[in-house]
Amino acid sequence: MYEIRIHSRGGQGGVTAARLLALAAFRDGKHATACPFYGAERRGAPVVSFVRIDDHPIRVYSQIRSPDLVVVLDSSVMETVDVLQGLKEDGTVLINATHGTDVGGYRTYSIDLTGIALRENLVVAGSPILNTPVLGALAKMGIVSVESVTSAISEMFSDERNVKAARAAFQELVI
Amino acid sequence: MLTIATGNKAVAAAVREIKPDVVAAYPITPQTEIVEQIAEYVTSGELDSRYIPVESEHSAMAACIGASVTGARSFTATSSHGLFYMHEMVNWAAGGRLPIVMANVNRALGPGWNVWAEHTDSLQERDTGWLQVYVSTVQEAYDATLMAFRIAEHHDVLLPVMINLDGFTLSHIMQSLETVDPGDFVPPINLPHAIDTASPRGYGTLTGPNDYFRFRWDMERSMRDSVAVIRETEDEFARRFGRRYGFTENYRCEDADVVVVSMGTLGKEAEVAVDQLRREGMKAGAMRLRWLRPFPDLDLSDRDVVVIDRDYSFGFGGVLAQSLKAKCGVDPFSVIAGLGGQEVTYDDIASFVRDRRIGEEHWFGVSD
Amino acid sequence: MTEIPKEEYILKCTSACAGCSSSLILRYVLKAAGEDTVLVIPACCTSVIQGIYPNTAMNVPIYNVAFAAAAACASGMSEAFAKAKKKTNVIVYAGDGGTVDIGIQALSGAFERNTNFLYICYDNEAYGNTGMQRSGSTPTGARTTTTPGGKMHAKKDLAGIVAAHNPPYLATACSAYPKDLFSKVKKALSIQGPKFIHVLAPCPPGWRYPSEQTIEVGKLAVKSGMWILYEREYGKVTINGPSKAAMIKPIPIEDYLSVQGRFRGITREAVDMLKSQAEKTAKHLKLEEEGIC
Repeated sequence: MYEIRIHSRGGQGGVTAARLLALAAFRDGKHATACPFYGAERRGAPVVSFVRIDDHPIRVYSQIRSPDLVVVLDSSVMETVDVLQGLKEDGTVLINATHGTDVGGYRTYSIDLTGIALRENLVVAGSPILNTPVLGALAKMGIVSVESVTSAISEMFSDERNVKAARAAFQELVI
Repeated sequence: MLTIATGNKAVAAAVREIKPDVVAAYPITPQTEIVEQIAEYVTSGELDSRYIPVESEHSAMAACIGASVTGARSFTATSSHGLFYMHEMVNWAAGGRLPIVMANVNRALGPGWNVWAEHTDSLQERDTGWLQVYVSTVQEAYDATLMAFRIAEHHDVLLPVMINLDGFTLSHIMQSLETVDPGDFVPPINLPHAIDTASPRGYGTLTGPNDYFRFRWDMERSMRDSVAVIRETEDEFARRFGRRYGFTENYRCEDADVVVVSMGTLGKEAEVAVDQLRREGMKAGAMRLRWLRPFPDLDLSDRDVVVIDRDYSFGFGGVLAQSLKAKCGVDPFSVIAGLGGQEVTYDDIASFVRDRRIGEEHWFGVSD
Repeated sequence: MTEIPKEEYILKCTSACAGCSSSLILRYVLKAAGEDTVLVIPACCTSVIQGIYPNTAMNVPIYNVAFAAAAACASGMSEAFAKAKKKTNVIVYAGDGGTVDIGIQALSGAFERNTNFLYICYDNEAYGNTGMQRSGSTPTGARTTTTPGGKMHAKKDLAGIVAAHNPPYLATACSAYPKDLFSKVKKALSIQGPKFIHVLAPCPPGWRYPSEQTIEVGKLAVKSGMWILYEREYGKVTINGPSKAAMIKPIPIEDYLSVQGRFRGITREAVDMLKSQAEKTAKHLKLEEEGIC
């Protein structure tokens, strides 16, 4: 089982990112579950979502305690949230950042999701949408296939810019 | 069609398949996605239902009652405080012998405000005459909703059915879902006592003690007859759609020395604990109770029983533990866990089993 | 010129959204009410904005209560304080859901009984706390999660409903005009009996506009005549300055609607309905102010 924890702020699409990821994994033929952990669901408040991907049916509902991968969509949450808590020793971090950052000594992939969203004009009510571009980055990391990512995004969103942003992230992420 | 969906969306999808005539509902966290999705289906034309955005839960059930007694199929959904706000009318629906179907997303009661999973809400409604089923996966939420209408509307039953799903832990989790075309699995509704202006009757009129007593006995008889209807419905569902459920879902119980009994998603988490315990050499099993009303005959003899109650009856004990004691003659290790959405992992469940103290009650996470 | 006290009763680190009207409104309400105040808060955004146990972001006692019960609970509290000869302000601070829909029975009862309390409804025109489902206070044409195609029915005339109970004081306000709100709360609290203030509370996630535009949206509401600032004291109507100006020279209602994502795709018909309703309300208030009706 591969466990992923996604950190974001309310309104950035972190919960939807988890759902998209689960859907993409499902389209890859895997078993997948996605769940947000709801604190106070306010625009701007830190939000955590969980995704589990496995070849076998998933019967675990409790929170992910030792993720294999931590995704940080908004690095400012790191001021109040310990995003690395429980991350496996050989775990990975994917962070939305403009420059390479080494997070806590873990293998870290950085990608400017905000920049990609702004370039693709993927902005809703003043906020850049990060949940579709991050799927492209996850595909580049091999978590899900890029075909399933595009199919999942198209299933959930009609706006073409979402797929474009995902593809851009796929191109941009350096492994 | 194979897709991925949350528990709430699965319930809404099943409602879309069953096509109720009237949906009257009031939003409450964590049920909101059910009513929002239904509103979208109605707006898009996918679902030809009359959707009433009522101003409170009491009105939601009252509206369903009004619709139902005309012979229309009606549906609502709620949770916790909403369920309690409609409590009077929940009783009315059962006493009125109306086959209303309601999804309840299990949530804890305030104060303090807490929106996370707990079973006390629906368990406090266990005396009302409603049938109650507790589901543990997105697929099961969908399937149980389809079956609920058929069971409720069966002439041997004619009692409302409540489908319970854990708040957030199931309502908001995404899992795979196969949607089906139910075809004639749920036949058109045919309420024997529907309002008929050509044959006018008074409904729920002033009733003397002896007649009232007989009406209550009628309800209980139907509740007992519902056992066969549930069985037959689930058989037919398995035959048509290939998935079989039952009054309980038993995992590795056949040769078990100790069985963990629970409801909802904890029942699935318990299976993971059982696998762990089995690897350690313990013959453990998990029994997930699905139908709480009518309460089934359970065979739990000759083994230790650990019960996890995600609920509590103050001054008395966990409802499930007490029910098993009363109905099945077992003396369980009663664990109270998961109240207010308290996290309970498979490791925790395994430790409940390993450290069991038969006949005692243990509040998880606080010292006795 | 009203002097606004410096003391803050809302502490930092609330759980409010960026750009939240409620926090802004409550800040001025509490400045006007002062320390000897209890807030009765039914389920609404402010239930969550207070923060999570064991902390509270408000420096006055708050009694959180079930959704339908605020005015009834406040009734009990008010009677108890009166019996104990205490002058503590009892203020219900409720959203539109807990006022105009599920809370209306309790509201009506409390006003009919002449309860001594102040009821403040901050109206973001939807059930904000549960994710923006429609309420009876949602205006025609607005998209919510339960009216994805735009609400068909009209916004309930909450002020009219309350006015029918003949309270000693009824006023409207808006989060974009805090000084006006402050002085209305002060005035209300100086009067015995049931008082009501209906505050328009523009809501960034609900109305779908960028968080920093809350004040601007509130001003557009008043300047377009979609929200009228007035007071009704013992039945006598006074229209306040900004709305008087708006009646002379209103900006087009479209200017207000177009900045909000919830009105995207609103039909011409719905816009006309909103316009004519706003004009009718303004006309009636003017006649009332002049004493003609």
